[in-house]
Amino acid sequence: MSSESLPLAAAGAGTDRRLRWLETLHGWVTTVDHKRLGILYVVYGIVFLAVGGVEATIMRIQLAVPNNHFVTPQVFNRMMTMHGTTMVFLVGVPILFGFANYLVPLMIGARDMAFPRLNAFGFWATAFGGLLLYFSFLGGEGLYGAGSAPDVGWFAYAPLTARAFSRGHSTDYWTLAIFVMGLGTIGTALNIVTTTVCLRCPGMKLTRMPLLVWMMVTMSAMTLVVMTPLSAAQIMLSIDRYLGGHFFDTQAGGSAVLWQHFFWIFGHPEVYVLIIPGFAFVSEILPVFSRKAIFGYPAMVAATVGIGFLSMGVWAHHMFTVGMSSHANTFFALTTMAVGIPTGIKIFNWLGTLWGGKIRFAVPMLFCLGFLFQFLIAGLTGIMLASVPFDWQLSDSYFVVAHFHYVLIGGLVMTIFGAIYYWFPKATGRMLSERLGRWHFWLFVIGFHLTFDTMHIPGMLGMPRRIYTYEADRGWGVFNLICTLGVVFQGVAILIFLWNVARSLAKGKIAGNDPWDAWTLEWVVTSPPPAYNFAKLPVVRSRRPLWDFKHPDDPDWKYE
Amino acid sequence: MLLAAPLVAVGDPGSGTSIFRPASSNALAVHRYSLFVLGITGAIFAVVFTMLVVALVRFRRRPGDDAAEPPQVYGSEQVEVAWTVIPVLIVIVLALTTARTVFEVQDRAKPAGALEITAVGRQWWWEFRYPQLGIVTANELHIPVSDAAHPAPTFLKLQSADVAHSFWVPRLAGKTDLIPNRVNETWVDPHEPGLYVGQCAEYCGTQHAKMLLRVYVHTRVDFDRWVEDQRASSAAGEAVAAGRRVFETTACLNCHTVRGTVGNGLYGPDLTHLMSRETIAAGSVPNTPDQLRAWVRDPNRLKPGALMPAMQLDDHKLDALVSYLLALR
Repeated sequence: MSSESLPLAAAGAGTDRRLRWLETLHGWVTTVDHKRLGILYVVYGIVFLAVGGVEATIMRIQLAVPNNHFVTPQVFNRMMTMHGTTMVFLVGVPILFGFANYLVPLMIGARDMAFPRLNAFGFWATAFGGLLLYFSFLGGEGLYGAGSAPDVGWFAYAPLTARAFSRGHSTDYWTLAIFVMGLGTIGTALNIVTTTVCLRCPGMKLTRMPLLVWMMVTMSAMTLVVMTPLSAAQIMLSIDRYLGGHFFDTQAGGSAVLWQHFFWIFGHPEVYVLIIPGFAFVSEILPVFSRKAIFGYPAMVAATVGIGFLSMGVWAHHMFTVGMSSHANTFFALTTMAVGIPTGIKIFNWLGTLWGGKIRFAVPMLFCLGFLFQFLIAGLTGIMLASVPFDWQLSDSYFVVAHFHYVLIGGLVMTIFGAIYYWFPKATGRMLSERLGRWHFWLFVIGFHLTFDTMHIPGMLGMPRRIYTYEADRGWGVFNLICTLGVVFQGVAILIFLWNVARSLAKGKIAGNDPWDAWTLEWVVTSPPPAYNFAKLPVVRSRRPLWDFKHPDDPDWKYE
Repeated sequence: MLLAAPLVAVGDPGSGTSIFRPASSNALAVHRYSLFVLGITGAIFAVVFTMLVVALVRFRRRPGDDAAEPPQVYGSEQVEVAWTVIPVLIVIVLALTTARTVFEVQDRAKPAGALEITAVGRQWWWEFRYPQLGIVTANELHIPVSDAAHPAPTFLKLQSADVAHSFWVPRLAGKTDLIPNRVNETWVDPHEPGLYVGQCAEYCGTQHAKMLLRVYVHTRVDFDRWVEDQRASSAAGEAVAAGRRVFETTACLNCHTVRGTVGNGLYGPDLTHLMSRETIAAGSVPNTPDQLRAWVRDPNRLKPGALMPAMQLDDHKLDALVSYLLALR
């Protein structure tokens, strides 16, 4: 499918070096191959990970000492808004959809996604949405000369987004960018669900799908449910701003709380949309490096789908301080704590997988084990935040910031790194360096703990989030300085990672089809896989087709 | 680390904003409950952490191991039921205790003699109205102490004039948001006189960081004296008449009120007893003559983004105006 070429090539100019370069570019831009689109998604996400990281660094430098003047409050607020929006919409979602794109068809023995062209549309819509958001730095001044990049915070609470409080066009860039990205995301989510339902190879029953596929399909189905209210809310906000609507316009009787409900009915399930693929990576990598089948497969599937459903009923735990009734507060505390049950089941099942294994501490496994410890802590601080009265104190403080960075960096980003180390050989045919990988892992873990363990403390000492500076007498200075120091370690770790990728692409060890001695179908095909994936569609008889193949005397299907 | 953090926080007697130094029964109820939740989560952490470490050490691949795969175990019903039921029980306990504390704190009935205050959040300062006493002030909230012998709780009605804000004085109570078109409520009953600081805890625009909050808790006698002073008209006499003329003939009076003058604007803080406050610009700087002059000359230099415009007064008028303001005791 990627063999389409420029008409120029047909005219016999294909040997010219410059044109060959153009042809490669043309191949990538017009591709509808799920593997190439997957790689595009991941690379796009990593580029914005660096951008969002720079924005975070600017904030951390500003907050390193009290009453700092590194940036103005206006710049700080833009960095804060762009960092959050970037990391959720331009890093988390694209990278995870990239992995889903790359892996789901391979793992279910399909030759491509169900709708290859929709797939390309999804990527490019997301990509243009991101460019639109960043164009605000140039175009956001609007007719009023006010503002530049959006500065309303990543959840943009009404009525701060009303024209009375947000002049110029910065908020419009934010609104439209998220709407456009949302369209792409909905398309891709639809595609993943359809592919999983319709294109499984012979023998690939739902109960035999790799857990990664189960989790990606759950995540996609959730996306379909929750992106729509967010997109609707963006349209309503635009109507408020330009067509005289009063949905969220409190000066004309609109409701500020309504926006919060709309945003969080998207926003909280979105957290699970992000972390469930993290669970997916762990559920594939942990068994391979423990040399054991995943413990309790049916319970893992049930827990995943259970989290998917429960997460739709917890959104108002972001709103315990807005003055809901005591009954509503209690209800949302209960539903939120209930999510802890399936999540606990997962952690115990991963533990059960490790138990009795022969654990190999390769780099992908290191990242997954880091995830296990850190996600445990993130889950427990989540319980604290679900406890309404505790949340009255902790909400909107640096404790919350520490908590969700624990989930998204200590949890998700760790598993993404693990997944990159694990599947990079498949996608490129070359191994990443284990030695550099260990440097990357340890420096990143040290930096992460310096920054985010420490960050809980100023929260408990009364430091609210999103402040561009603070008073010296509050006792927050030393903790903030430590948080900022941790950034240095994380930054160096990321640079080592990028160096590792660049170096390994050029001269990494040749991987072969199955470098990890793994059990799922993507390891049957060559690395990188051919455009058509499988010359002959595989037939599977169990959850681990390659285990059956490698152990004909003791196949899995005997026990299922 | 997780366990060490609260210990550090509890152990720091110097912090005026630690949530672990409650000074009002509202914050105290939350504090007791928080310790309970910390205990449970700490225990879960210890158990699971230990199990993970044991698994990693015990089942690591050793140098002399043969290449054979370990026995394949696919699951175990008994074990899985056990680790489902235990979390369910923990959730039930936590949910019930949560409910009890929520109802206790949030639904506390207002006693007959309670002091009522309306707090209005504004970009980026606080307005405090005492409807029972006819007092209007800004940024520095004054309330009486409430001890067991003479309970005198203060009930606050929270409103917003522009965007969403949040009222947070960690030692007195958890947050409650101030949302336009909505009336929220919270209450405090501080047990010791003193100064309690806090700040806006919901992002509200450019100067969210400098929307600071100061609560002065007085003994009953001191509080009554403060009330008396606030209800009197300000004592600015003929000596500062020139400054008063500047106030009354520039745009100051569109936004500011000084009782006894034609200035009755509602957009900015009431200045009738400006000099009774220790800080200006919502707690950002001490209320000294120099700072006051710098603020009036150009508010954006002290607090970039502040909505008060610089009035472009010449030095002569500025001096007159500042000496008038300094007389507003």
